[in-house]
Amino acid sequence: MLDTIGVSSLEDLVAHLPAAVRYNDRLPIPDGKSEYEIMDYFLKLGETNAGLQASFLGAGVYRHYRPVMVDTIVSRGEFLTSYTPYQAEMAQGTLTAIFEFQTMVCQLTGMDVANASMYDASTAVPEAAMMAMRATGRSSVLVARSVHPEYREVLGTYAKFQGMPVQEFSFHAESGQVDFDDLAKKITSDTAAVIVQSPNFFGIVENVKQAAALAHEKGALLVVIFSEAVAMGIVEPPRDADIVAGELQSFAISPSYGGPFAGIIACKEKFIRQIPGRLVGEAKDKDGRRAFCLTLATREQHIRREKATSNICTNQALIALMATVFMSVYGKEGLRELATQNLSKAHYLSAKLKKRFTGPFFNEFVADVGAKDVAEMNRALEAKKIIGGLPLARFYPELKTGVLLCCTEMTKREDMDTVAGVMA
Amino acid sequence: MSERIKPEGIKKVRQQPSQNEDLLFEISSPGKAGYQLPPLDVPSVDPKAVLGAGNSRDAIDDFPEVSEVDVIRHFTRLSTWNYAIDLGLYPLGSCTMKYNPRINEAAARVDGMAWPHPYQPDALSQGAMEVMAELERCLNAITGMDAVTLQPAAGAHGEFAGILLIRAYLESRGNPRKKILIPDSAHGTNPATAHMAGYKVENIASNARGMVDTEILAKAVDDDVAALMVTNPNTLGVFEEHIADVAKILHDKGALLYMDGANMNALVGISRPGDFGVDVMHLNLHKTFSTPHGGGGPGGGPVAVKKILEPFLPAPRLKKVGDKWEWNYDLPSAVGRVRAFYGNFGVLVRALAYIMAHGGDGLKRATLDAVLNANYLRKRLEKHYQIAYNEPSMHECVFSDDIQKKLGADTGNIAKRLIDYGFHPYTVSFPLIVHGALMIEPTETESKRELDLFADALISISLEIEENVEFVKQAPHSTRTSKVDEVGAARKPIVRWRR
Repeated sequence: MLDTIGVSSLEDLVAHLPAAVRYNDRLPIPDGKSEYEIMDYFLKLGETNAGLQASFLGAGVYRHYRPVMVDTIVSRGEFLTSYTPYQAEMAQGTLTAIFEFQTMVCQLTGMDVANASMYDASTAVPEAAMMAMRATGRSSVLVARSVHPEYREVLGTYAKFQGMPVQEFSFHAESGQVDFDDLAKKITSDTAAVIVQSPNFFGIVENVKQAAALAHEKGALLVVIFSEAVAMGIVEPPRDADIVAGELQSFAISPSYGGPFAGIIACKEKFIRQIPGRLVGEAKDKDGRRAFCLTLATREQHIRREKATSNICTNQALIALMATVFMSVYGKEGLRELATQNLSKAHYLSAKLKKRFTGPFFNEFVADVGAKDVAEMNRALEAKKIIGGLPLARFYPELKTGVLLCCTEMTKREDMDTVAGVMA
Repeated sequence: MSERIKPEGIKKVRQQPSQNEDLLFEISSPGKAGYQLPPLDVPSVDPKAVLGAGNSRDAIDDFPEVSEVDVIRHFTRLSTWNYAIDLGLYPLGSCTMKYNPRINEAAARVDGMAWPHPYQPDALSQGAMEVMAELERCLNAITGMDAVTLQPAAGAHGEFAGILLIRAYLESRGNPRKKILIPDSAHGTNPATAHMAGYKVENIASNARGMVDTEILAKAVDDDVAALMVTNPNTLGVFEEHIADVAKILHDKGALLYMDGANMNALVGISRPGDFGVDVMHLNLHKTFSTPHGGGGPGGGPVAVKKILEPFLPAPRLKKVGDKWEWNYDLPSAVGRVRAFYGNFGVLVRALAYIMAHGGDGLKRATLDAVLNANYLRKRLEKHYQIAYNEPSMHECVFSDDIQKKLGADTGNIAKRLIDYGFHPYTVSFPLIVHGALMIEPTETESKRELDLFADALISISLEIEENVEFVKQAPHSTRTSKVDEVGAARKPIVRWRR
């Protein structure tokens, strides 16, 4: 090969680089390791992490069983090692699967259109807000304080440079649901979007209808966020929303210390041209057969550059495929049964503890520990190989006696009894 | 159907029957299911009772009802309709479709890596934090930068974080400035990012050699310019030889140099952005560090910065206290979070596994092999296709369709014809500064045999164009899906199945 090129060594190929920019040292990275050594390294380090032990943490990341089928499918090289399906004729597998994904996300959320995925929910939230800005021509956003605190932080980061003032509205001290009086006071003729999460950060199901009515009355859009997708198996979806942004981590995506996950944005038909990211559409091939391809690319950065709806390029296709396989495996009946199990377990545990809020909840709730020391309780649980709930003081100083607890189908009754014993 | 493909010239593939498959919704039948759940070990509650009747939903209309066998056959059949690196060379320029080692997948699926919850106590997450710290260390070493955030989820997301850092830094010095300069050869994400970060975009014309024109740049840089976003090697696969001067022009005016690290795979071990004046850059872990593209993600977009920008990196950051890692949120100058939690951790594990497998010398060798492969293809092809800019190629080479265009076939036609030869096309019509571009990046993981098959295919197509241009323009001829009417699809978009 060197002869064909007409050089005598590999180094000759880069001899044209100015000497001043060449790096002549050896990279300070240890010599290459064998497969065995690499596995050994990660196994050993993995042992120092809590992994599959019992845990009552939720708060945006949920431990659900991952059907074996999921990794079987996503490990196929044809899915794993392909690129974004720009060449439709040789990417019909990915395109068809994304079309099914978009369809199932619409069915789940009650929306008309869903994109091919976002990085995660936290980044989907500002994208949804910016969509609302474009659709309404307004510039400010109202977000519920019961939306995941880290999603709100990300929203703040994006908003700062969009000329998009963000204001928070509070939750009702008793129910834990949106404080509609506060929302009504803050909504103005410049409000592009009212953003609520349901189930919210406290696990409580919001009154989406009422939020929609209030937003629409003022000409704003309602954006509904979700972080626990399993809820949608049994909780009424936010059909009255204009835009839904959420997280599918619950659908067979391992917690993986916070990522990669798969976010979604879905919306009503009339906002289709404002949606960010990739969209797969149905088409015909030259022989009249059904085929799929990426569509409405004129919204995207590779065509529109600085006028694009977003800078997003890479999304989470393979992770979205995990969710697609999960939804196929569970299906109509399974997702409902799975959701019922989650609901039942959380209600079993909550009955043994003092609840902070009265609103209806799915698989998470806030326990009020009163004068007891949360940290001490969690240490006592740790000694029993159980990771306790999330102390809320970190995000909500006003809820410093609150602990957010989550139960899923993987939570065992005996562990719930242990938690109740320590916390009650 | 148009006439069948000619057997001569096509060495890599031959046709075989493939399975038809309907959509999941069409193969569903009522009552079928493929899931298993253990018996509920607590009393079952009535959703209507605990949620309220208005909050509980009935069954989801038209949601799939299929068996386990239906599921595996469905997705396996779909998978066979895809091309993939595992099937052969995937020469998309700037996308870096290199082999994705399976050890990476195994490492990321270790229970102790796959199951930690981001909010579990730091004391129970030391291994995960160590992985991140080690990756940060390696990326600093490779880039010659001083500090890294692993939070961004992909390249464009990293760009966004990087420009926010520049903004925060300039703001701290009294003026965030107004404009970002971007060469006309840049990726579309660059201008889109600058706009999202609240900057005006000003395009900078490349010079006759396809590089940043330092004279034009010097005139364009004034007190309103926050930064230049440059890709190096640029999208032509050419090393910006005046990069140090470019940095100086910016720095002299108080502006910064951002580097899009999409092509960092051409530099690892031979040149470090931190040494040639770059202030902030992102890396695409799914390009340079071999994490799989997965049909469009997930990616990883770490951002590396010089000391002056470190105080602005988003919270939280890793901090060693004694011999334990902690997450430090007490960072008063930090720009806001760009993502919840700590980043695409699973992707970070894969990238570190790749770095470990190669070691320092192996990483450098991979760079040189990538340059070797690109130059080999260039040499074999340049008698048949017009090289766009006659400059030394690094990891990719860009041709134009000038020769073929005169005969009536353009880069898009050639790309579709390549499919018949069993190859995924190169990047078509990009960079924009090359008319009718064929942007080819073979990567280091291709053998000479595969490279020769690819070169033979492109040469054969150039001959076909001379003999029968209409035949080439009608391609692909052998795919199970013939040319897809993308224009028709966009006219009245159908983006979901309905009964």
